[in-house]
Order: sequence, then structure tokens, then C-alpha cells
Amino acid sequence: MAVLRKRNRREDQIFVEGNIPMEYLYTVGPTLEPFFRKLKDKGEFNGVKCGRCGTVYVPPSLFCEACFEKMTKNVKLPSKGILESYTVAHYDHLGEPLSKPEIWGLIRLDGADTPFVHRILGDPKNVELGCQVKVKLKAKAKRTGSMNDIDGFVPA
Amino acid sequence: MSKEYPGNPLNSKDFKKALKTKYVPTAEYAWSAGHAINRFLTGLKEGRILGIKCRSCERILVPPRAFCEECFISVDEWVELKDTGTVNTFAISYLDTMANRIKKPLLPAVIEIDGAGGNGFLHMLGEVDPKKIKIGMKVKAVWKPAKDRKGDITDIKYFKPARGGV
Amino acid sequence: MPRRVAMIGAGMTKFMRRANDTPKEMAFEASKMALDAAGLELKDIESVALGTAPDAFDGVHMKGEYLSDGAGSFLKPYTRSFVGGGTGVFTGAHGWWHIASGMFDTCLVVGEEKMSSAHPHPQGAFLTIFDNLIERNLGPNLVWIFALEMNRYMTKHNIKKEDIARVSVKNKGNALDHPCAQLGMKITVDDVLNSETLAWPVQRLDISPTSDGAAAFVLASEEVAKRVTDDPIWIEGVGWNVDTTIWTNRDLYYPKYVEYAARMPYKMAGIHNPPKDIDFAEPYDPFDYKELHHMEGLQLCRKGEAPILTREGVTARDGDLPTCPSGGALGVGNPIAATGVMKLCELYWQLRGEAGKRQIPKDLRTGVAQAWGDLMQVGTVVVMRR
Repeated sequence: MAVLRKRNRREDQIFVEGNIPMEYLYTVGPTLEPFFRKLKDKGEFNGVKCGRCGTVYVPPSLFCEACFEKMTKNVKLPSKGILESYTVAHYDHLGEPLSKPEIWGLIRLDGADTPFVHRILGDPKNVELGCQVKVKLKAKAKRTGSMNDIDGFVPA
Repeated sequence: MSKEYPGNPLNSKDFKKALKTKYVPTAEYAWSAGHAINRFLTGLKEGRILGIKCRSCERILVPPRAFCEECFISVDEWVELKDTGTVNTFAISYLDTMANRIKKPLLPAVIEIDGAGGNGFLHMLGEVDPKKIKIGMKVKAVWKPAKDRKGDITDIKYFKPARGGV
Repeated sequence: MPRRVAMIGAGMTKFMRRANDTPKEMAFEASKMALDAAGLELKDIESVALGTAPDAFDGVHMKGEYLSDGAGSFLKPYTRSFVGGGTGVFTGAHGWWHIASGMFDTCLVVGEEKMSSAHPHPQGAFLTIFDNLIERNLGPNLVWIFALEMNRYMTKHNIKKEDIARVSVKNKGNALDHPCAQLGMKITVDDVLNSETLAWPVQRLDISPTSDGAAAFVLASEEVAKRVTDDPIWIEGVGWNVDTTIWTNRDLYYPKYVEYAARMPYKMAGIHNPPKDIDFAEPYDPFDYKELHHMEGLQLCRKGEAPILTREGVTARDGDLPTCPSGGALGVGNPIAATGVMKLCELYWQLRGEAGKRQIPKDLRTGVAQAWGDLMQVGTVVVMRR
């Protein structure tokens, strides 16, 4: 007899419920910690440059993935850059409609080679691919040393 | 071997001070029991332990499954087994499921169900002095009252020593 | 006919209770160290084989891909393997295929685990080892599985806890000589027997706690190995095997899956009499009784005999069959997949005479490493030879 068979009556089915109860606290690590502390205390960005290929990474990484070398050269970066791409979201991550659309962008700070994801603030009408954007930080007292110390980026 | 080894260990105090991000995933499931376990759990609701026989190797499989993993054929010859068995192995646990310390120990055991040739399942022992449990001890299931059974492994409360409790 | 495969360099991070370093950073440090030891650069690596245990331990989805750039895999053929706790030694087989098949001349093999991110501990992830339909609702704890297996093993062979505790004493003592060890300490059998009972018969000093760390090595074809070093160490045999997850239908006193996994490399390496043909061993020892259990599965002694060998000092570093000279999981630490890779690195360093204070004081030619995982069902075995 076949292993798989169609169940015709729903009440036949037994479902066993369960979950995977986990809570994670991720250390940002010895490379990212100075980056976040500088963002929190001074509101400034720094990237790191590979001594071999010259790629500037922000947020910084311990090593250049292409050259597989440690990177130690810090590079101060401005708080503005280019919007490499963006999308306008109308639903949240659980599939529920948002009360207001959210704009998410890939921002490459001037002088950096790697973009990162963050919010774009304001009206979607004012956003254009390739436009200049500048950072809007939270007030210093509200900054904790995380990417959310940045409220978002605004078209310049 | 070189002398310097990389790694930045943190003691618990430094861990508290280190910058961290937090994440609590929501991972909730409703697993369908499938062809074989559906029937097994229904059997438990009815107060019976069911097994399934492989027509090729003739093993009585409990917990039952839709196919014999040794012969690799589908199986469907259901058998009702007794609700008695033998303790194959046991532990005396002072940890609960989330690793909290508990004073009154939990007594998990693998119970070989009578008539199943040594096959059986994980369950708990009860009404027994932990110091007196022995591998090979005969046990009998203690069931929840019929109205409280819902088709779950916990329809059996625990297994107790078969001869009047110890 | 598979090609010969050599190990030409190895590296590892410290094993730590909680590392500040991120998983990628640890993978990078170990990988870079292995490359430097082999005298190679990333461009010389043609393929990468990474092993790491469940994503839930590090708390990162698709952990294999996440670790890839830290494992030197930027734009390279990269695969991740996972067989529970058996993963670390399995990476030896996983990497071996790449070279033995003739597809690649070099392979960087990496193992990483960061368990300290799971707060306060990874119990929630460990619970998923139990059957979701008929076991989890009993409210089990991971330690139960080991307690149940340990009890069966002890009762079947009438073994006393003292003899099992000796393994913990030996390995934690051995680890004092390992520069990366998290848990090296001098303890006595009484210390183990007086330690807190978690789930009898398992007590606190019978187990290795959670750990963070990474380890790596470089494999090469015979041609590349001979160009790069005068002293390549050969991977002579690899094996792996899985028993049923229906663990309650098995007799837990003996790990059949380890025996079956060992048959493969023993055949490949021409090992007919393991206790005589093998000079030293690194079986997986997350619990002290597991070292004994696994020694018997590896056919290094008869069933029930391993505790006697331990009592008689045969498995000490200066004995006839040194076992876990590194200090093992009990002494160095147990970042699941990285532990097995550490054991392979230990075979390498011992066979090259580079194990420093841990060096076994006799001529070594053949070593075996083994790991085990999941619901006591996976066996992975690798034999290495000078």
C-alpha cells in the first residue's frame, strides 16, 4: 500500500504544535565596535581600506574578502553619499500592510566602495536612483551604538 | 605550532559591556503527524499503544512508522500492544527542559513495550523511588482519564513499576 | 582510483566560552593561519569545504553562506557540510573528495561554531534534537539523551563511574599543554564524582560546556604537496555512517555507526588490526564516557574494555595508545564543528612532531580521528599517516 495517501476528513489530522525558543545576543565584535562607538559618540563614519586592492569597506570588516588580508587602515568618510538603489515597501515582514510606505535604500558613502542598507526618509516622490543623500542622525542622547543611531538618509 | 593564537575571549562582565545586537526569532510550528504517527496518537487518545509490523523482517515497530527503515518498504499491518514494558535505560534529571535546576528529579526512560521485541519509546517514570530504578524493571503505563486525553504522547502520564510500585 | 591527498598546513583560534569575535572573524583567523602554515595564498586555493553545525547555534540563517567569505570562498567553489557533532571530522572526508576525485589540487577546509550568542544558552535549539511529534511534549533536556546512553553503557558492562571519570581527569589535564584550551585544568576523580549531578549518571565535570572557536587546514594533491613541503601528512582513509533516528529502538551500549564508519578508512588504509596498526587516537569526547564508547566502536579494544585501558594508563600520552593527547573536547573545548577539525589538526601536528608540550613521546606513523553527532547516530572517521 502506498505510503502517501490522501486524507479526506480534516478532523482525522493531528497537528503537534511547538516552537524553537531562542534569544540571541550577538557581540558586534572587535572590528565593528569602534565603528559603532564613533557613530554614537561623534556621529561620524569610518571605513577601512584594504592595503592590497584598495577597496574601502563600510561598515568595516576585519579582512578583505577578495585578498584575504587583514585590513587596518582606517578611512574617515563623510556623512553623505549616493543612493545606488531603493525600494518602497507597502507591507511589513509579516505581510501586514504598513500605515505609511517605507523607503529602503542601498547607500554608498562618498569614498567608500561598499553600499549598505538603510531607511530613506521623506516622500517617495523626492527619491531618485543615483541621487545624493545625506545622513540624519538621532540626537546624541538617544544613540546607543548601532545602525539605528542613524534615523535614515534624506535626499540632499 | 606558532605561539600566538587569535581570539578575544570575554568574561561575563566584559560580555555585558560589549556592544551587542539582540534578536528573538519567532519560530512557531504546527507539524502534521503524518500517516503513521497520526494513528499512533489517535491510539493513545483511545488508551491503546499501537505498533506496526514489517511483513519482510517481521519486526514490530513502535513507535510506528510508514515504512521499515531496514527493509525500505512501506508497512501497514497495525497491531495493538500491551501497555506494559521493561526499562531499557533511565536517567535521574535535576534539569528541566530549559536547563533550570529542579529539586524533585524528572525520570526519563526508554521503555521497551512488551511484544515489540525490544522496540519502544522515550517516556517518564513515576511513582518510584529514583534509587530503586533498575534497567530491566517491569513497568506499566499510567494513563490520563479518557476525557483528558487529546492524542499526544502525554496521554500516558508516566510508567510505574508493574508490581505494586516501589 | 582516488588520488592521494595530503594535509599541508593547519591553524585554529583559541576555543573560548564567549568570544567577542564574530563567526566570520574566527573563520578568517583560523583559515588565514592554515594558509600561512601551508605557505599559500588565497589565490592558490581552488576549492573550499566548510563544516558547521546547526544554524540555530550561531543564530544566523544559512550559516554556511554567511561564513563563506571568512572561509576564503569569495568567488570560489564552496560547499558546506553538516552531520551534527560529526561535522568536524567529516570535513576531512568532505575536503578529501575534492582532491581525490581529481577535480581540484587544493582545498581549504574550515570548521566554525559560535554558541555563546544563544542567550543564556542554546537549550532551545538543542530541544529540536528530540522528535517533534512524540518526544518534545515530554519536556526533555538534551542531557537526558547522554544520561540514558551512559547508563545503558555502564550497566551493560558493569562499569563504575570512577573509571569513566578518569577520562575527564586525563583530557582536562592534557589540555593544560594546549595553547588554545578553554578548559585545561588539573582535577581528580573525586572532583568529578563530587561535581553537581545534572541528570544521573551525568555530572558537571563529565561534560564539556558550550564554546566558540574555529579551526582549519589545507589539503593538496600529491604533486602540490611535494612542491610545498618535505613532510606532507596523508589522509589515508575516510568514512562516515548514519544509524536510524529512531534511537529508542537501538541498543545504546555500543555505537554501531562508529564501527561501520571506521570500516571504510581502515580498508582504505590497510588497517587490519586497529590496536596494533594505529598509534594514537582522537575520538570525540564531549562527555567522558563517549571517549570510551567510541574507542570500542573504533575497534581499538573489545566492548567494555576501554575503561580498563584507561585505568591502566594505556590511553595516557605516554601509554601504548595515547587517546585525546590534545585534551579533546573535554579539555580544549567543544565548538561543535571546530572541535572535529581541531582533532584533525592535532593528528597533523602530532605526526609532524609539532605538538609542542603535547607531543607523544614515541614514534608515530598512523593516527585516527573520529566524531559523532545528532541523536547518537552519526559516525565520521578519518585516518592520517606520515
